[in-house]
Amino acid sequence: METEALQCPLKPKDFASDQEVKWCPGCGDYAVLNAVQKALSELNVKKEDVTFVSGIGCSSRFPYYMDTYGFHTIHGRAAAIATGVKVANPNLSVWVISGDGDSLAIGGNHFIHAVRRNVNMNLILFNNEIYGLTKGQYSPTSERGKVTKSSPHGTVEDPFNPAELALGAQSSFYARVPDTDVKLMTNVMISAEKHQGLSLVEVLQNCVIFNDKVHAAITGKDTKADNQLILEHGQPMLFGIDKTKGLRLNGLELEVVTLGEKGITEKDILVHDETIVNPTLHYMLARMRLPELPIAMGVIRNVGKNVYDKALHEQIKSEKTNSKYKNLNDLFLSGNTFKVS
Amino acid sequence: MTTELESVVIKFAGDSGDGMQLAGTLFTDTTAVMGNAIATFPDFPSEIRAPQGTVAGVSGFQIHFGTSGVHSPGDAPDVLVAMNPAALKANLHNLKPACTIIIDGDSYTKKDFEKAGFEGNPLEDNTLSDYKVIEAPITSLTKASVADLGLDNKSMVRCKNMFTLGIVFWLFNEPLEQTINFFNQKFKKKPELAQANVNALKAGFNYALTIEAIKSSFTVLPAKKQPGTYRNITGNQAAAWGFLAAAKKANKELFLGTYPITPATDILHELTKHKWSGVKIVQAEDEIAGICSAIGASFAGDVAITTTSGPGMALKTEAIGLAVMTELPLVIVNVQRGGPSTGLPTKTEQSDLMQALYGRNGECPIVVLSASTPADCFDWAFEATRIALEHMTPVILLTESYLGNGAEPWKIKLTEELPDIHPRTLDSLDPNWKPYQRDSEKLARWWVKPGTKGMEHRIGGLEKDECTGCVSHNPQNHGKMVATRQEKIDRIADFIPLQRVKGKDATKLLVVGWGGQFGILFGAVNELQKEGKDIAFTHFNYINPLPKNTAEIFAKFDKILVCELNNGQFANYLRGQFPQFTYEQFNKIEGLPFKIKDLKNKFNEILEAGNA
Ligand SMILES: Cc1ncc(C[n+]2csc(CCOP(=O)(O)OP(=O)(O)O)c2C)c(N)n1
Ligand code: SF4
Repeated sequence: METEALQCPLKPKDFASDQEVKWCPGCGDYAVLNAVQKALSELNVKKEDVTFVSGIGCSSRFPYYMDTYGFHTIHGRAAAIATGVKVANPNLSVWVISGDGDSLAIGGNHFIHAVRRNVNMNLILFNNEIYGLTKGQYSPTSERGKVTKSSPHGTVEDPFNPAELALGAQSSFYARVPDTDVKLMTNVMISAEKHQGLSLVEVLQNCVIFNDKVHAAITGKDTKADNQLILEHGQPMLFGIDKTKGLRLNGLELEVVTLGEKGITEKDILVHDETIVNPTLHYMLARMRLPELPIAMGVIRNVGKNVYDKALHEQIKSEKTNSKYKNLNDLFLSGNTFKVS
Repeated sequence: MTTELESVVIKFAGDSGDGMQLAGTLFTDTTAVMGNAIATFPDFPSEIRAPQGTVAGVSGFQIHFGTSGVHSPGDAPDVLVAMNPAALKANLHNLKPACTIIIDGDSYTKKDFEKAGFEGNPLEDNTLSDYKVIEAPITSLTKASVADLGLDNKSMVRCKNMFTLGIVFWLFNEPLEQTINFFNQKFKKKPELAQANVNALKAGFNYALTIEAIKSSFTVLPAKKQPGTYRNITGNQAAAWGFLAAAKKANKELFLGTYPITPATDILHELTKHKWSGVKIVQAEDEIAGICSAIGASFAGDVAITTTSGPGMALKTEAIGLAVMTELPLVIVNVQRGGPSTGLPTKTEQSDLMQALYGRNGECPIVVLSASTPADCFDWAFEATRIALEHMTPVILLTESYLGNGAEPWKIKLTEELPDIHPRTLDSLDPNWKPYQRDSEKLARWWVKPGTKGMEHRIGGLEKDECTGCVSHNPQNHGKMVATRQEKIDRIADFIPLQRVKGKDATKLLVVGWGGQFGILFGAVNELQKEGKDIAFTHFNYINPLPKNTAEIFAKFDKILVCELNNGQFANYLRGQFPQFTYEQFNKIEGLPFKIKDLKNKFNEILEAGNA
């Protein structure tokens, strides 16, 4: 998107529509709404250039709450619809809003293909590990054995890790954020919008009604310092209350070490590089699971890659200059024509 | 001696690898350029490679060309090219009396008869005694004609279709230039291949000349056509060009979101050649993504289309509902094929009509149009786009395999001859505007694309308030919105031409058709009209809404006969629309078009029953 500096930047609330927000009180979706409004205001974009496209689900009501252009579409297809929006008008800042059911179940195909093509848009994946809107069935991210309304005896299937799926589809930008950290979310949204290509932001979102506290081990006040590794590009991967724990590579495995123990110093700690093209380390970071390892938060991967909508328009441009046809009449009259008088 | 003929039907038939589609197409191109009226019917197996030499693997290309009376590819061939016994077997049941049959003698060995399912040698028992047979050792003569070009055996044999075409060109006194130019262009970088094809073509022509293949050859004079510049065109190509023209006349950019499926894929193939025109194409991961990307593009302000065939149409259903609900312009092309399910992928049918009209959840009215000839696919693509943009609605355009693959001369329309299209766009701030505000005449809402300052708004699939467009579950409001969406489609009848009847004075029998069977139905009715029979014909291209004078026309006839390639879907639709009339049906569901002969028999039967 071409950002032309505005005279007086819009405030976050300028991006709020006049519609009453109807999520359940305490739903994690509110925090994402705040963060996105903050990010847009900091990005200094014009309201009319922003388009939100959503699927179906609680989170997909999001566009109604934004005073921008918005399209609330059908279940699972937001990424495909947004692809059309972006290709039709690459100048728009396009945001896809989707749930774990929306993007990874019914929309799985469109999700991986949007990531693979690297369409220049932002996809925010609200992961509450449950179907909210249909009132509490397990989703493709629900843990094995999860008891829900549609799995009273526990599920017998394994979940997707959205990050692994995205990296498998050659994602050029992947970030993970908890819904409890609006500041981190805002910064990540800003990086996402600045990235050229598909920026996937997975939000660990709490559904107070059907899956309350599913992310509590990660986001809880007492546990978050030890259980979240907040990544910063160029910085050592340190975490814990006093930042005394860190990550180190031991053979082909990541391990947690403590500074000062067994002669470990900051030099031994891995430094985060979101831009390395080889995805191996990003993949390892994305896969980290409690209790052995903390959960990686922030931008895990942010690399350059061909951008679909850009390449498509470049091809059109080059055809325009090189084609023997200059207008439709040239085409219609080309080849074997014959006259009847 | 040369005999003049009014019209001739030729069928090129051979194994799927024998190059019969190419031979047929090249013959068509030449006759078109010579000014003949033409209609073609390619007919091929859906397997890429059915077992060689078997009837299942036979590929055919039928062409009807002439001075007059060419309304269809013709019922049965006057000349059959049968490259192997299987091709003969597949066509024996449907030949004109005294038909000329051109046979490659090299492929009539015992093994070949057996594969084709002949008991003995059809050339020696009396199977072919009623026909004129030209038996030539085509394979070996072809090889001899290209022997000194240094090709491998396979490439040499591959030229035998051109040897055969040379014979046919001689039979009909047609020039070779067109075809020679074609090969010189096509194989610019491989001159030896161009030379081989040209050698084979000339060798075939000269062979026929030398043996005087038939005592006399034939000439078909050019047809009397409206003056103008023409070119040969298939339905799929015409549709693609119609969309290019419509976007231009609407002053908008064209977007195609699609997924390949036979027989619709050629629209994608054609449009993708024309990126120079600015057309944006997304070959999506499936049909759902195809239509969804088009809906997104439409929301963003492009002339959006999506193309498919039956099974793909089934997948697009939910998204069509979204386009109806959000009242966005979109053209959905269904090049129908035989169904249900994967059905008969390469065969023609008209059985997706009910799906087009009603195949969605909820009250979901949509405009349905159909094309009637290969060339008029251009006009119907254009008209579908006009209605979509001017009335803010998705439009389903039905064509058929028979139209998409068939070809005929198209009187070229230059862009300045086409009318402008007026999309209902609002490009700048209007403080009083609401997303679902409608104009009083068409009931269409305004199209405001993202990027327009001050007009930010949200749309979606949920029911919306009739004024503000905000989500509303109010029961009365839903009732009103359902009625309004219906009324909007019904009112399109005020903006389309009245229905016409061919054969004004008739009162006894009205033949009713729709879609791609136009030429055949018209031809059959025309022949009976010439015999002085009390019969008339009306053909529908506007299916929903129907033209306003439809009932008026029906009221003038004693009997109404609806002819279609399905089990009676249009007839049933008419029964629902105009229950005051009785409709008889003539249906065929064999994956094949009607035959003029069968239609005439049926018409006569009804006319005579009336006399009794
Ligand atoms: C074609 C279709 N199938 C099913 C549904 C029902 N449905 C609506 S939302 C939903 C799941 C939503 O879950 P998720 O994407 O995780 O979003 P959340 O509500 O949790 O934000 C389902 C199954 C639908 N609307 N459309
Ligand atoms: S059901 Fe859950 S996800 Fe949906 S709004 Fe309520 S808390 Fe949020």
